[in-house]
Amino acid sequence: MKYSGIKVLWEGLRGNMGWKPLWRNPDPKKSYDIIIVGGGGHGLATAYYLAEEFKITNIAVVEKGWLGSGNIGRNTTIIRSNYLLPQNQPFYEFSLKLWENLEQELNYNSMVSQRGVLNIFHSDSQRDAFVRRGNAMLMSGADASLLGVNDLKKMVPFLDFQNSRFPIKGGLWQPRGGTVRHDAVAWGYAKEADSRGVDIIENCEATNFLVKNGRCYGVETTKGVIKSKKVGVCVAGSSSQVMGKIGINLPIESHVLQAFVSEGLKPVIPGVITFGAGHFYVSQSNKGGLVFGGDIDGYNSYAQRGNLPVIEDVCEGGVALMPMIGRARLLRAWGGVMDMSMDGSPIIDKTNIKNLYFNGGWCYGGFKATPASGFCYAHLLATGTSHNDAKDFLFNRFEKGRLIDEKGQGNQPNLH
Amino acid sequence: MLIDHPLLGLRDSSEFIYVGDAKLLNRPNWNSKNSKTKFIDYGYLRKNPAGVHKELWYHEQGDRSWLVVTRNTVTHEILKVELARYLKRKANAK
Repeated sequence: MKYSGIKVLWEGLRGNMGWKPLWRNPDPKKSYDIIIVGGGGHGLATAYYLAEEFKITNIAVVEKGWLGSGNIGRNTTIIRSNYLLPQNQPFYEFSLKLWENLEQELNYNSMVSQRGVLNIFHSDSQRDAFVRRGNAMLMSGADASLLGVNDLKKMVPFLDFQNSRFPIKGGLWQPRGGTVRHDAVAWGYAKEADSRGVDIIENCEATNFLVKNGRCYGVETTKGVIKSKKVGVCVAGSSSQVMGKIGINLPIESHVLQAFVSEGLKPVIPGVITFGAGHFYVSQSNKGGLVFGGDIDGYNSYAQRGNLPVIEDVCEGGVALMPMIGRARLLRAWGGVMDMSMDGSPIIDKTNIKNLYFNGGWCYGGFKATPASGFCYAHLLATGTSHNDAKDFLFNRFEKGRLIDEKGQGNQPNLH
Repeated sequence: MLIDHPLLGLRDSSEFIYVGDAKLLNRPNWNSKNSKTKFIDYGYLRKNPAGVHKELWYHEQGDRSWLVVTRNTVTHEILKVELARYLKRKANAK
């Protein structure tokens, strides 16, 4: 289905009776060229880019639940490319470039809003670190500028500048960062993948892999056996469960990350703001709710809910940064299951079983990576080689000692 | 979550630091055969089960003991709490 202003007008005149479902609801065929396990943002983006960029359309996406029922619908919707390390930053900048053109490309309103991302710093040494990060961003072709206290007072006057413990010294500002309507990303990719012939099969859980002589040739699902030349796994928090079916242990722990929405308020928060002295990030949705989050709960969990100590910690961070939100009431809190990797960076790689590929370990930064992750995974699935911007996201970096550890925390997933 | 500490009784989990899979208690011998592979496994690879999981919690805001907590990662139910040093002693005695 093609959206346009004329179509909206026409449907408005006809009582909106002509809108159709965005994707078909097909039964699985006997075999495909590629099966993607996991119909979340990354899986659907992969299917779309395989069809669009690599002209492979005989693809199935198998999804255990309904489309977009996982982390694509459970995040705080932030997009940015403000990483430090040369293995990460070009990848995220590639992703941001894809975001910038996403709506035109998918002909779907995913409300990409480049309202800016502001990282606050609170000490001289933190300023040095942020200057270094800003330079790394500029070198990758991204945008970044350093703002002083006076700039911030004009832009975000409500911050607690004189906080005696964490006085605000300035911020690193990325104007091209922002927020996106998260569900619409899944729906947009699904619509365009489907229109290119990709079969999106919902309520179809992959229960095992078909492997013979070290080669994968399909998956067993709750809707029967489906054969394929290649299988790409892309299941975020369930990565260890799915890969565990064929005995592969991953450098990943699953943790729960909570996110929060306040009641609707008048527009107060101009972009995305992050606290530099604790873990708190906030933006305001178009409906007016403050959307915010902080640390993961910190213990292995597959429950899509967290516990109160972290809620308290996040809210304390928020009130320390912007005391004005102290009276805002919390409306909703929910949890998503994060595939926390051992160094805080993702994996897009082949496995030691031929024709079986893996994409995961996104920690809690997977949403912003959706387009580039899909693109690079499609590149790997189609060509058998890593995309240049994802060439370091390999399994063997752990044994080779080439960890991509943004925070320098070591192999402790709950600290990334 | 409340952790039933064997010495101190029920304690709030926020007094503890979560360290990870209890397999970390079994550090490989650096001098053993295939020690490189064993250390990669020890350092980086995890079973990460959905269900019963044995894990290490360190009581930093308390008596600073290491606990092995058996917990269900789907329901957050705590099934068993043991002192890591007792387990280690038992294992060494064998």
